[in-house]
Amino acid sequence: MAPGPQAQATLAPPAPAFARRTLADRESVLGTLMLAPALAYVILLVGVPFALAILLSFSSATAGSLDFTWAGLRNFAKLLGDPQFHRALGNTLRFMLVSQVLVMVLAVSAAHVLDAAFVGKRVVRSLLLLPWAAPVALASMAWVWIFDSTFSVVNWTLKVLGLLPGWLYWFGEPGLATVAIITVHVWRMFPFATVIVLAGMSVIPQDVREAAVVDGAGFFRRLFHVNLPMLLPVVTVAVVFGVVFTATDFSVVWLLTRGGPYNSTHVLATLAFQRGILGANLGEGAAVALFLLPVLLVAAVVMLRLARRAEVGT
Amino acid sequence: MATLTQPPATEEPTALGYVETRGLSKHFGDVRAVDGVDLCVMEGEFVVLLGPSGCGKTTLMRMIAGLEKPTAGEIYIAGERVDDDVPPRARGIAMVFQSYALYPHKTAFQNIAFPLEAAQVERSTLRRKVQWAAALFGLDRLLDRRPRQLSGGERQRVALARAVVRDPKVFLLDEPLSNLDAKLRAMARFELKQLQRQLGTTTIYVTHDQVEAMGLGDRIAVMDKGKIRQIGTPRDVYDNPADTFVATFLGSPPMNLVEQDEHTLVGFRPEHFLPREVFGEEPDLVTFRLRVREVEYLGSDRLAYGYLEEERRSDQPVIAAVPITITAPLAEGEVYEFAVRRRDLRFFDARTGLRKPAPR
Repeated sequence: MAPGPQAQATLAPPAPAFARRTLADRESVLGTLMLAPALAYVILLVGVPFALAILLSFSSATAGSLDFTWAGLRNFAKLLGDPQFHRALGNTLRFMLVSQVLVMVLAVSAAHVLDAAFVGKRVVRSLLLLPWAAPVALASMAWVWIFDSTFSVVNWTLKVLGLLPGWLYWFGEPGLATVAIITVHVWRMFPFATVIVLAGMSVIPQDVREAAVVDGAGFFRRLFHVNLPMLLPVVTVAVVFGVVFTATDFSVVWLLTRGGPYNSTHVLATLAFQRGILGANLGEGAAVALFLLPVLLVAAVVMLRLARRAEVGT
Repeated sequence: MATLTQPPATEEPTALGYVETRGLSKHFGDVRAVDGVDLCVMEGEFVVLLGPSGCGKTTLMRMIAGLEKPTAGEIYIAGERVDDDVPPRARGIAMVFQSYALYPHKTAFQNIAFPLEAAQVERSTLRRKVQWAAALFGLDRLLDRRPRQLSGGERQRVALARAVVRDPKVFLLDEPLSNLDAKLRAMARFELKQLQRQLGTTTIYVTHDQVEAMGLGDRIAVMDKGKIRQIGTPRDVYDNPADTFVATFLGSPPMNLVEQDEHTLVGFRPEHFLPREVFGEEPDLVTFRLRVREVEYLGSDRLAYGYLEEERRSDQPVIAAVPITITAPLAEGEVYEFAVRRRDLRFFDARTGLRKPAPR
């Protein structure tokens, strides 16, 4: 050791006892440590099953044996010729598109209403979130009752109002079952979308809205030329979420119709469950489940790109 | 105050001014943001609403624009009563906001065109008018840009072009220059004044900046606590303030106010308060002994801060603004003889703060 520092140490007042660097000061270590549980969760419960699903979709594995035979693209090829699969794919897209359009129209309208000043706004806002907060299985059970073939409150209400001549068997006819499923999807997604749009609206400066009023724009011109374009990035996020949620949803369809009547309301998720688990054909089930993955990936990337491009600057 | 504002209208309409408010009030809960304002703006006139923040000037303008509903009172624009149920778009007004409030997703062209589109102006006319407004503000080359690609000064001009483009009856400008840097601001002020002269459009302009107000306004309405304290030409308001608020709000540094006796305050402007020798043999001078506490050198002036050493001395500090051309010595801690011309003295009631005639 050099003599210099020591000599100085005797002259200088005793150095304050600095606390040593603790774990909390070492951000790189701390960061890794705190991310680890989340990472482990994602890898174990999402990553592994996902990889397994991809693997299974190229095999002819079944639930009854440990055999693993490579099947190449045979599962996918078979699906392409399967009318039931066509139906499920069509349903998935139909439910998704129709419910998203309805959700966005409703959410933008509701956000405008909730944005206006009125008494009890806070209460209404929090009530609005209830469908989102309710467990989907529980909510779906409630809807099963609402659409029950005997006790349907919808039917009874329409009857009492004198609007319904016959009787509606909600889960007995493909058309009505579709309406029921879309209704539940919309009911479920709408509050979330409304909250997102509301958040987006609060970002539009008051001045800009007032400028539009003074510039003489009527309600619809303000909506379509000022508010909606400025909401676009936020709305896109809501739509991406909605698309992913409805396209991958299993519980609503399964709990309401189980894909019935006569397999007419299957979506990819329920069909995958039926083929892969109930039907024990793991390979085919996995292929069904993975079918929409590329489509959803592309959709998500495109929409997020759009959102970034539309990013509103000042 | 009553002598300064319009007498209450005795018979209905026959509005005097192009823009007129009568007994206009806006209360937010217990706060009287605007408290019974009678304002009368003539056609083609440039009137500035001047006051400290929170004085109600912006609320007054917003009521004229129709963005705020009055608690009481009437508003007339071009002889028509508009306060009740005429929406902003039908009032023939154009407004420029402090933030400019441009539409961020639209190009400069689309921003300027928006009021015309809203009025369903035919496409070729629209194009011609936008080009005209853009040329007026030198924006020709910037029409394809979005607001975020424009500088502060350019945005401000787009906002003005958007206001001008549809020939409004009245311009309402809410501190449109306050977001510009000092250098741009002086230029923009000049251009704005030129433009208003050229177009001859009645203009109401809100600001807290007295330099802007003095430079731009045909008349200035000085506001405080929701009321108009005085309205008059810049010269009038500066030279003959109606009360101590106006006297001390206008002018930088503000007018000196010194107690003369228990009923009267005497006021004089720092630039009129000069070393005695400057006045030579002039008659009608009032002299004061000034103890200088501090001297600031400001380039064009020296500011002398101090106290009057008189028998009726006051604790009120006074300021003298001595032009640099006057070389009289001014040292801190010394007492000097200063003087004001008698005609430059103003007198105010010590209790109400209102102007009163010079004592005989």
